Amino acid sequence: MQYLLLINDDEKVWGDMPEDERNAVYGEYTRYTGELQSRGILVGANQLQPSGTATVVHVEDGKTITTDGPYAETKEVLGGYYLIDVDTLDEALEWAAKIPSARYGHIEVRPIVMREAEVAS
Amino acid sequence: MQDAFLRAAERWPRDGTPANPGAWIVSTARNRAIDRIRREQTLVRKTELLARAETLPVDEEAVIPDERLELIFACCHPALAPEAQVALTLSLVGGLETAEIARAFLVPETTLAQRLVRAKRKIRDAGIPLRVPAEHLLPERVRLVLATIYLVFNAGYGPPVRRELCGEAIRLAAVLATLMPDEAEAHGLHALLLLQDARRDARVSPAGELVLLADQDRSVWDTGEIEQGRRALDRALPLRSPGPYQVQATIASLHYEDPVDWEEIAVLYGRLSGLTPSPVVELNRAVAVAMASGPEPGLAIVDGLTGLERYHLWHSTRGELLQRLGRNGEAAAAYSRALELAPSETERTFLEGRLAASVS
Repeated sequence: MQYLLLINDDEKVWGDMPEDERNAVYGEYTRYTGELQSRGILVGANQLQPSGTATVVHVEDGKTITTDGPYAETKEVLGGYYLIDVDTLDEALEWAAKIPSARYGHIEVRPIVMREAEVAS
Repeated sequence: MQDAFLRAAERWPRDGTPANPGAWIVSTARNRAIDRIRREQTLVRKTELLARAETLPVDEEAVIPDERLELIFACCHPALAPEAQVALTLSLVGGLETAEIARAFLVPETTLAQRLVRAKRKIRDAGIPLRVPAEHLLPERVRLVLATIYLVFNAGYGPPVRRELCGEAIRLAAVLATLMPDEAEAHGLHALLLLQDARRDARVSPAGELVLLADQDRSVWDTGEIEQGRRALDRALPLRSPGPYQVQATIASLHYEDPVDWEEIAVLYGRLSGLTPSPVVELNRAVAVAMASGPEPGLAIVDGLTGLERYHLWHSTRGELLQRLGRNGEAAAAYSRALELAPSETERTFLEGRLAASVS
C-alpha cells in the first residue's frame, strides 16, 4: 500500500533554529531519504517552499478567485511529504516516526486510494 | 490481509453479517494470504510460542491459542479511537449485537453503529495489519488488548450474565498470558477474570436476582477456578512488574478469605487509584472503607465523587450507606434514582427490593 507522510511543522521553529542544528537535521533527512531509497519503498518526496509563497485558488460561479497565503491559518503548516510503498499501516507509522520533523511537529499518515488497475499491477 | 476486510465490507451489506464475523474474516484472510504469512519472520517467533502453548498443564488444556489473537490485535490498533477498539472487538471477536455493545457503553445504538462502520472502514482503507505486531511494538499493543479483553469480560459478567462472553475473555487472556509469559499484567488479567468468574453462580440467585458478596452461598463458589486464578497470580507477582490487573486480582483473591480483610482491600483500592485514577475505583474504595470502618467514612468518600451522576451503582451505594446510617428517606431517594438508571432487569429487581426495605 502507498502512504503519504505529510510533514506539518511550525516554520518559525525551523527559522529560529541555529544554523549548525538545522544543517544537522538536513543531514538526518538525507540519511532518512537514502534509507527509504535503498529499501526500495520510496515513491516520491519533496520539501515545499515556505507557506508564505503559497497562493490559493477557488472557483465560484465560473470565476477564479486568487488569494495570497495558505488556506488555513494554523501554527503548523505543510512543509513537505514522503510518498512510500509498504505493506501495512504499522510500517508506515514507524517510518513516519523516523522523519526528523516528527520531533518538531506532526506527521499525518494518509493511505493513498489505489484504483483497481494499480492494485492488479 | 486487508483484502479480507474489503471483501467482508462488500459482502455484509448484501449477505448479512455471518454468524461469527471474526472467524470468517480470519479464515478468509488466511486462505488468501497464507503464502505471504509463511515468509514473515515474526511467524518464526509465533510458531515457537505456539509450540510452548501446547505444553500447558492439563487443567488448562482447553486453552488453545487461536487465530482470534491476530484479529484482536487489529481491533485494538492504536490508529483506532479507544472506544472504537472496544466496540470492534466486542462485535468481531465477541460476536455481540450492536444494541448490546451500545448498552455496555451507555451510548445510543446509532452512535455505536456509526462507530463500528467507521472503524471497519479505517481498518480496510488505512491498511491496519491483521497480525500479531512486531516484537518492539508489543508492550503498547498488549496494554490496549488487555484493556479490551477486560471490557469483553465485563460485558459478559452482566447482569444479565453472558457466560460465553466471560469464557471468551478468559480464553483470550489465557492465550495472551501463554504467548507472552513475561507479561505480568497478562497473567494479572487472567487471574482477575478467573477469580471474578469463580463466583458467577453465587452472585445471581436462581430467580435472576443479584446477591451481595456477603450474602453469597460460598458452597457454589468455583473453588477450582479460584485456585486457577491464584496460580495465575502466582505467575504474575514474581515478574515484579506491578500493574492494575494484578492489584485487582489480589483484591478479588482476598474476597474469598474468611474473614475478609477489608482494611487491606481498602489499601489496595487506594493503590489502584494511584495506578489508574477513576471515580469508579474510588467508589469501590468507599465500599471497602465502609466495611472496615463503618458507613460514615464510606459515605464521605462517595459524596465527594463527581462524574458518576448517571452511574446506577453510585446511587445504589449511597442508598446502602444512607440506609445503614438510618437516613431512610434519603436512602429511598437514592435507590429510586439508581432504579431509573439501572441497565438491566436483574439489577432493577435487586434495587426494588432495597427500595422496599428502605421505606418499610
